[in-house]
Amino acid sequence: MTQLSARFVDDDAATAKEGAESGMTSTKTIVSVRNLSKIFNSTVKAVDDVSFEIPEGEVFGFLGPNGAGKSTTIHMLTTVLKPTYGTAVVCGHDIVKDAGAVRRVIGVVPQEYTADEDLTGYENIMLCADFYGIPRDISKPRAEELLDLVGLKDAARRKVETYSGGMRRRLELACGLVSRPRLLFLDEPTLGLDVQTRIAIWEYIKKLKVEYQMTLFMTTHYLEEADSICDRIAIIDHGRILKIGSPSELKASLGGDVIQIGVEETETDLTPLIFKVNHVKTVSKSGSSYRVKAELGEEAAPAIIEMLRSNGYHVSRLSLTKPTMDEVYLEYTGRSLREEQSDEERMFALRRTMKRARA
Amino acid sequence: MARSSKGNSHLNTGMTHGLWSLTNRELKKWYKAPFILLMSLVQPIIWLALFGKAMNFGALFSGSSFNIPGLNIPKEVLNSISQQIMESTFGTRDYFSFLAVGMLSFIALFTAMFSGMSIVWDRRLGFLSKLLSTPLARGVIPMAKVFSSVIRGLAQSGIVFLIAVLLGLDLSHITFLGVLGTFAALFLMILGLSSLFIMLAIRSTSWESQMAIMNLLNLPLLFASNALFPAKFMPSWLQPVVSVNPISYATDIARQLLLGSPGMASLAFDFAYLVAFAALLCTLGTYMSWRFLTK
Repeated sequence: MTQLSARFVDDDAATAKEGAESGMTSTKTIVSVRNLSKIFNSTVKAVDDVSFEIPEGEVFGFLGPNGAGKSTTIHMLTTVLKPTYGTAVVCGHDIVKDAGAVRRVIGVVPQEYTADEDLTGYENIMLCADFYGIPRDISKPRAEELLDLVGLKDAARRKVETYSGGMRRRLELACGLVSRPRLLFLDEPTLGLDVQTRIAIWEYIKKLKVEYQMTLFMTTHYLEEADSICDRIAIIDHGRILKIGSPSELKASLGGDVIQIGVEETETDLTPLIFKVNHVKTVSKSGSSYRVKAELGEEAAPAIIEMLRSNGYHVSRLSLTKPTMDEVYLEYTGRSLREEQSDEERMFALRRTMKRARA
Repeated sequence: MARSSKGNSHLNTGMTHGLWSLTNRELKKWYKAPFILLMSLVQPIIWLALFGKAMNFGALFSGSSFNIPGLNIPKEVLNSISQQIMESTFGTRDYFSFLAVGMLSFIALFTAMFSGMSIVWDRRLGFLSKLLSTPLARGVIPMAKVFSSVIRGLAQSGIVFLIAVLLGLDLSHITFLGVLGTFAALFLMILGLSSLFIMLAIRSTSWESQMAIMNLLNLPLLFASNALFPAKFMPSWLQPVVSVNPISYATDIARQLLLGSPGMASLAFDFAYLVAFAALLCTLGTYMSWRFLTK
């Protein structure tokens, strides 16, 4: 096991133990991944010895660039791909030994638009219900209920080829939920959608999560989304989990807030003086300004000003920045997600063009 | 809102659940789109009308220009010779009837070919991944493709048969049992061929290569059979190919049953060959998909 994942599992095991000791059942583990690996063509390590756990009821996110191993991990956990080695227990069933049982209790909303364009929205949901062997007398009212929940009631009898991108996503959601899964996998659920539609889709997902009391496992490369929706995030790159934790933990792990201070007296080095202030962790000087990393920026900044002023220096400028997920991402993967986002969107657009070409 | 209990014990997840739903999904693309149905019939109709009617082999002998100097052969004798030659070559008096029956196999072959294409598309568009994450039995996925292609193929050959009747198919030997037997043979042929083409496509993600395979096999399979021309006049190196080609056997059955032609083998042997062919490829196709659908 890698050091990082070992550290994480220890943390999580600790919380799980606490939960068990206090008699709480809410921290039951729903996904437990052990040394999961996938090697393609015996050389390409798509997923490299990944271990983590997800407690029931959590929204867990995989954040990472293209080819990081997000989808491959999802494909293994949803039994579409077989792991090269390692395994996982999903909802109490082993994904290798008992794949059939796993398939019965999970739901999947794939990255692609998989609904059949030549069928209506209603027909697509019923088709998915048939894959799970749900009897008609149950699946019919369920399909109607889901169409209503995702706001497609009026479009239910229209062919999917007339749907917009947002409508198709909502239909994929409904299809993934028809079996009432305890655990729902969402692979890039808002890829290729505009900002308003993305927000709307997330409103639906949050509503459905509460409605069906599900655990969500999602992948995304939208940092804001991961930040605002996930309870915990795993940053994954080159098939390995680089860091795992809640969004605020991840941001805190960067070493706190960044304070930029400009001082009129440029000739003296004030670094040791600033360093004495409470909460300050690092100070670096560049010209007349100082870059300070501090744990509690709101408290540290006034204290620094006070310290400088009482020593007879004049502060000319000050700014305080809270770390964002973007910085977290940059810190751990060594690159920004922005350009990769546009790459992925272009690929997605290409795929949609292909799909049209087929019809 | 009422929530059903968490237990999924009421699910009917057997070995074949979802088979009909998946088959029907494929069929809906066809019967709900009359244009596609029409287009898939245009080719055999063109072949029937142009090839079958234009290649008027009978006229080679009965044409007015046919005359040998010094001999004054009466018209009736010429006609009778022409009919004898047609009968012994094609097993029927007009080439149109000969071709029309072969065309039934042709359209069936054509339908079977496309079954491989749709699995490539399903893989590329992520539909296959979605299917694989559901409790469907793995074998159901290719079986649904095979069944839909069988149903389509039989329906399309049925339509071609009706058109051939309208265009003047020789009906002097037709019986209900003969028609039934012909379609049973076609059923077996499509079953085997669809399984074959799905097997070829099972790991493929490229529809270009799938197209190449189809084009490579399409015409050789057709020409190296007795569908368009009697096998007995083909060169000796081609004859063995014709005699393993399942299309030859389906066509042979159809000619014997519909036109009363003498066959290249007995009906029993023809049927036995097709049953073996279909059973082998069907089993192999189901096994391969169970084994290789998941990477």
